[in-house]
Amino acid sequence: MQYIRPTDGGRRSRLAFGFLSILIVFAALSAPVVAQDVVADTPADTTAVSHVPAPATSVVVDDYKYDFGDRLNLSWVPSIDDQIGERMVLGYIVYRSINGGEFKPLESLLPGASSFEDKDLHADSSYVYYVAAFSETDTVPSIHTQAHQPEREFIHFDLLWLFVIAALISFSVIYFIWMARAGKDLFVRKIAGLDAVDDAIGRATEMGRPILFIPGIQDMDDVQTIAGLTILGRVAKQIADYDTRIRMPVSRSLVMTAARETIKAAYQIAGRPDAYSDDMVNYVTDEQFGYVAAVDGIMVRERPATIFLLGAFFAESLILAETGNSVGAIQIAGTARPAQLPFFIAACDFTLIGEELFAASAYLSGEPKQLGSLKGQDVGKGIAMAVILIGVISVTLGKAFDIEIFNWIADALSTVFSKAGGS
Amino acid sequence: MFWEHFAVWVAAFLTLGIYSFLYKDNPWYKLCESIFVGISAGYWFVTLFWDNIYGKFWVGVFPPTHVNELGESVRTAQPDYWLLVGAVLGLLMLLRLVPKIGWLSRWSLAFIVGATAGFYLINYFSSNVMRQVQDTIMPLFGSGFDASAYVIIGNIVVAVGTFTGLIYFFFSKEHRGAFGFSAKVGIFFLMVTFGASFGYTVMSRMSLLIGRIDFLLSDWLGLIR
Repeated sequence: MQYIRPTDGGRRSRLAFGFLSILIVFAALSAPVVAQDVVADTPADTTAVSHVPAPATSVVVDDYKYDFGDRLNLSWVPSIDDQIGERMVLGYIVYRSINGGEFKPLESLLPGASSFEDKDLHADSSYVYYVAAFSETDTVPSIHTQAHQPEREFIHFDLLWLFVIAALISFSVIYFIWMARAGKDLFVRKIAGLDAVDDAIGRATEMGRPILFIPGIQDMDDVQTIAGLTILGRVAKQIADYDTRIRMPVSRSLVMTAARETIKAAYQIAGRPDAYSDDMVNYVTDEQFGYVAAVDGIMVRERPATIFLLGAFFAESLILAETGNSVGAIQIAGTARPAQLPFFIAACDFTLIGEELFAASAYLSGEPKQLGSLKGQDVGKGIAMAVILIGVISVTLGKAFDIEIFNWIADALSTVFSKAGGS
Repeated sequence: MFWEHFAVWVAAFLTLGIYSFLYKDNPWYKLCESIFVGISAGYWFVTLFWDNIYGKFWVGVFPPTHVNELGESVRTAQPDYWLLVGAVLGLLMLLRLVPKIGWLSRWSLAFIVGATAGFYLINYFSSNVMRQVQDTIMPLFGSGFDASAYVIIGNIVVAVGTFTGLIYFFFSKEHRGAFGFSAKVGIFFLMVTFGASFGYTVMSRMSLLIGRIDFLLSDWLGLIR
């Protein structure tokens, strides 16, 4: 599934319009037929038209569970005259009174409706409802509900297991950060491709060509962009040491700001603040393919020796990677977007797959916080692996041989994770 | 009528200009690239201004009023003064233009990064971890060996693929021995998935190409009716 910015919204609108037009034409064609049928079948039956439909019954208002006290659920049993084939009821109108005030129509619903969710309410107000079933000639109200005040719940107990597991992993992260800060050596396995970073920068230096760094097209609120910029810090320090040029076109203003800060700090650490220039990072445009057109142009004109593609990429990934490949650059890519990884693997020399991007960021920076987070996440993965292993074995044996203990384990795990998953 | 034809000709000119890059970099492409970048940057500036600064901030803090039947000026909504916090953070970003206090812009960046991470943590954790584990726990052979061979193979692929994939992304242990073999199985599953995804996406790109060629041959040249 490719992400394309809403530039194709017009196309979607035209499709929607076309679909709507077909529906309208269909309705227009079918309406006279229905009318003719009615006229033909009941030419003298005028009593049916004036017959008053039965009201909706059992109208009940309930509090919406686990909200901010701003929603109520209204439910009812539809009118007995609201049945497929003999549908006299054309719909329902929900009426609402706030704090004993006048009833006002709130929403009109289609026939067959049996519930309504009232939103944007106030927890300090009380609400009374009734539902009116209407036919062509009559509107019949139901009895009124009891007055009800929406309640606010401060704890979502359905997510208790999610909280427990998230807390376990969070404590692991904190523990490992604390260990890293205390100077304990935390082992992180070598990630393929990271060794190539130094070689790639050295290659650019020897060839006298610039290094192009592309941090994806997302903003600073995307963790992949942050991981890309963390690696940029390490790369920029090396570039400053080797006195190589770096070129970094970006598609977001905030990323430009953060990237400049990162490179500036790296140059200062390398002891070469004088060599830093704001021109190393420049904003192009927020438009996805406008950015691609500009970056492709930079690639073929400046012919960088090394290209880093590290961050969140969408439909532009293959265009960028292929152009980089065509100019003979060594390319190191990394993204956590599964749909874009195939293109990077096909067109780049080294690819950091998914979480390897974040691991590389931690590995290269050596920061206790990042290393601790990585180790803490490994605890989470360990839990997931253990649960999958135990769960699959239990449910397979339990279902195949009807062994009670295995069924119990499988049910327990299923309950915990269905609650934790919010289902 | 003239302007419609003119727009089609401009669109065709720009389309062919961008495609000319397939041959090599040339002045035509540079012209189209500059037009694309310039117009899109301007377009996004205007869009963000009217959507965010005016549409969200200004209208939110100073809701428009209308005159009711009694001739009174009435607000259409209550002012949302929380938006001022966002405005202050936005202004802090602009302080980068003043080098002495430019460091204040880091507060805005820190807020965006921290708030987003916290906001998405539970959603991602719930959907990408918990739900995935839950959906992987399934009987490989159905209830009492009643599943078809097709279903059994599918179940085994899901369970083994997920488990070995997790092993590949486990960074606290060296990939050696049985653990290393499992990681290799995991990367094998990933590569098969990537291959399928590659083919699927290339086909969807073909539809984009067909769309452009259709435009050139029908709207522009009129060769297809």
